[in-house]
Amino acid sequence: MDTEPKFFETNPTAGVVGKPLNRVDGRDKVMGRAKYAAEYNNLPGLAHAVIKTSDVAKGRITGFDTTAAMKQPGVLAILTYQNIPKLAKTPNDADGKKAIGAPMGYLPLTDDQIHYAGQPVAVVVADTLERAQYAAALLKVQVAADKPIASYEDPKAQLFDPEKIQDGKADGHVKRGDAQAAFAAAPVQLTHKYTHAINHHSPMEPGATTAHWEAPDRLTIYESTQGVTRTQKSVSTMLGLSAEQVRVVTKYLGGGFGCKGSAWPHTILTVQAAKAVGRPVKLALTRPQMFTGMGHREDQTQTLRLGATKDGKLTALIHEKTSTTSPWDNYAESNSKIINMLYECPTFEASYQLARANVMTSTFTRAPGEAPGSFAIESSMDDLAYQLGIDPIEIRLRNYAEKDPTNGHPWSSKSLKQCYARGAELFGWSKRNPKNGATRDGRLLVGWGMATASYPVHNSQGTARARLYADGHAVVQSGATDLGTGTYTVMTQVACDALGLPMDKVRFELGDTKLPTAPNSGGSVAAGTVSSSVYMAVQDLWQKLIKVAVLDKKSPLYRAKIADVEAKAGRLQLKSDPKKGEGFADLMKRADMSDVEGNGQGRYGSGYEDAQAAANADQSKKDEAAHHSMHSFGAHFCEVKVDPDLGTVRVTRWVSVHGAGRILNAKTARSQIIGGSIFGIGAALMEGTVRDQHFSRYTNASLADYHIPVNADIPEMTVEFIDEHDPHINAMGVKGIGEISMVGVSAAVANAVFHATGKRVRELPLTPEKILGAKAV
Amino acid sequence: MMDSNTPEPAAQPEQDGRRSFIKQAGGLLGLALAPPLISQAERLTAMSKKVEGVTEMRLKVNGTVRTMQAEPRVTLLDALRERLDLTGTKKGCDHGQCGACTVLVDGKRVNSCLTLAVMVQNKEITTVEGLAKGEELHPLQQAFIDHDGFQCGYCTPGQLMSGVACLKEGHAKTDDSVREWMSGNLCRCGAYPNIVAAIRQVEQSGFKG
Repeated sequence: MDTEPKFFETNPTAGVVGKPLNRVDGRDKVMGRAKYAAEYNNLPGLAHAVIKTSDVAKGRITGFDTTAAMKQPGVLAILTYQNIPKLAKTPNDADGKKAIGAPMGYLPLTDDQIHYAGQPVAVVVADTLERAQYAAALLKVQVAADKPIASYEDPKAQLFDPEKIQDGKADGHVKRGDAQAAFAAAPVQLTHKYTHAINHHSPMEPGATTAHWEAPDRLTIYESTQGVTRTQKSVSTMLGLSAEQVRVVTKYLGGGFGCKGSAWPHTILTVQAAKAVGRPVKLALTRPQMFTGMGHREDQTQTLRLGATKDGKLTALIHEKTSTTSPWDNYAESNSKIINMLYECPTFEASYQLARANVMTSTFTRAPGEAPGSFAIESSMDDLAYQLGIDPIEIRLRNYAEKDPTNGHPWSSKSLKQCYARGAELFGWSKRNPKNGATRDGRLLVGWGMATASYPVHNSQGTARARLYADGHAVVQSGATDLGTGTYTVMTQVACDALGLPMDKVRFELGDTKLPTAPNSGGSVAAGTVSSSVYMAVQDLWQKLIKVAVLDKKSPLYRAKIADVEAKAGRLQLKSDPKKGEGFADLMKRADMSDVEGNGQGRYGSGYEDAQAAANADQSKKDEAAHHSMHSFGAHFCEVKVDPDLGTVRVTRWVSVHGAGRILNAKTARSQIIGGSIFGIGAALMEGTVRDQHFSRYTNASLADYHIPVNADIPEMTVEFIDEHDPHINAMGVKGIGEISMVGVSAAVANAVFHATGKRVRELPLTPEKILGAKAV
Repeated sequence: MMDSNTPEPAAQPEQDGRRSFIKQAGGLLGLALAPPLISQAERLTAMSKKVEGVTEMRLKVNGTVRTMQAEPRVTLLDALRERLDLTGTKKGCDHGQCGACTVLVDGKRVNSCLTLAVMVQNKEITTVEGLAKGEELHPLQQAFIDHDGFQCGYCTPGQLMSGVACLKEGHAKTDDSVREWMSGNLCRCGAYPNIVAAIRQVEQSGFKG
């Protein structure tokens, strides 16, 4: 893509890009004006829907008693599998699932079967929320219950080899060299089991849909989704409509973390309910329904075997993962990917085992695979360091991968050594007592731990439109979403620098399928893909103006060759003689142009470096189709204080340093890294959804019982970025930071606990009873 | 002035919104929550006019009296969001567990999801929409913007209302105190260090509620 302009070249010194500017949507958010999916109240005749869910995890619906519920005032409809409007396509067969892009191979209310606790069995619609809720409570559902399977640990569960995982996007078997032989021959052998509790994304805004049929064949939905385009595709396919007949709007999104990356059942159920009652319908999941309505990170055990030489050089890594999946899908996070690429190691082997249980399908959860995978490898690396008496950073440097071990490709950029060095400096790592259990603060045990982080640059692409007005303001658009990551703000910054305009002259619009198509905000692709799209859209607009200038007798650029003209800070000028040129306003005024519009396509990852290779690559090979391996890298440093009597752990200091390409906004980026680290601290210390092994029901499906970190759990945190110029990944040189922020976090905490106590706990979360119950090494 | 629909609170509401709710609810609904409350509850029930079905309610929100038709089971949160279209106040859990619905009632922070609208007639209700004076932001709103005290913005109205109360209560004098007294407001994006910084900055600027 050498012919395409790059931000590095057109804007060698960035203007507002990278600056720690306040969010452009900040005012709307602090004033309560930002409208989320369930807040479009002014639709004509808006009705309220609630979902009635199943208490049992397996069984068959034998009947409904709607008498009492239907007698309630204001009740408009009680929809069940027997009377809900039919769909053109469901995900209940493999073709349907693929066409819809559904996260789950089963749609509730399509038959009488119950497969998991919390499965929707009816939708109740009424004129007010209270009436819908009360009627749903009065609705009686008769069920013939069966005995469910709760997890892969259930004695009745049958383990199987899925061959492919993540809906076929990742291989279930990976082999590099002869890892078994290398492990057998290794002078140092570590074999450890790591378990990870079920985690729920728990965004503060529950999943919500407001569906409005504006005509029998035209639908608008206001949706809490990380991708309006994916939702549009899912819903239109299920309805048998063409994509443009369904408009999806997501102006604000109250967090997602992966659970809003797909269209879950409640979305289409709301659409069907609106059809049934002939009125716009609003539905928001309750908090308990959030635990059975939008996926989760699956319960899983990893066994990692690590072989090394006596000076700490890795010779073999063998990884096995066993996890729970739903009755229909072979979903597992691809933990092995990060274990395969993080360190130089000549041999590697990975395999997966799944067991079907009566649960809904698990789904991508922030750093899917990388988060739990890094817990295993980074805990084992810490063990190796301890066993050999080598500093934890030094052991990582001895195994530093100068090129991608999985395929031998050079890295597009990698600043991991700088991350270690700067992190260690900020943290004061050199003062660490290498002995476990030897540092105290009064009666509390103090531990320092660290871990490496990495996240890939996934292949992705998107589009944007930029309209520049002759009076010097601009509107830039892309159908992206802003989960709180700062999309509104950073895209405005990119557009400003590309256009040479100040922040208050540019408005960036997103979150609507009427805008140019953008990918899901997920997999850390949004910042790089959308910023590149915006940048390219502005370049397109300049090209249009340059064509006008060179034909304009009154322009200083008259008869110049198009290729000799450049746009810099809103001025069109000769590359060879920048004094010769003019601003866009004068040119547009003479040409009687009120505005000019540009369209751009941004490519991100392998598709940027080699579009054809990426397009032709097999689904599971797209990210490595080009000539470079593309990853962010970083390091987390953690101090904990452990109460030796109570086993409680508090994180008391935190340092994260990352090399993630160009950082678009230092303020929002810092917030994202802090946020991801806190997400990881939650997984490390407190988060775990408990499934009752007899009934396969969650016992703690609420925010009082499923603990996420609160303010008092979190100390002041330090974040820095290593300045990286990566010309291979996209026009902006942006890698994305949404997920790397949490990779390695749980290991950094566990390693700090190990240092504090001498106790190695390999079961997340590290709750007090596990720490008290463990033996010091 | 006593409204006939509003029983006298069982006791002065405490600063903890949840506890004051329980006492008020105990009085209003006559729930047998705890033995000492029963006699009081019975007394209050006898004094209260029975409210049934859809009735007219008046809520004084952000200085303006608003009238609506609603059933007595409607929570303050749903009254604000669904009846008065004041959607700034958020529903995160509907069970008093997340704090996203925090509003001020007579200057004290309460979870509006655990408060029935009928209970707070004739009280001063302040929501996030009432913090700014026109377009002039409350200092804490500006501090949240400056310190990036949020990402997705969904917990933000609750954080702001709690933060305003926290300052007024005198609980913002140290970082640790802010962390403790702001721990009823969950933020899944993890803006906690920035929220602490924002509240502390307003405290240190000498702002007095």
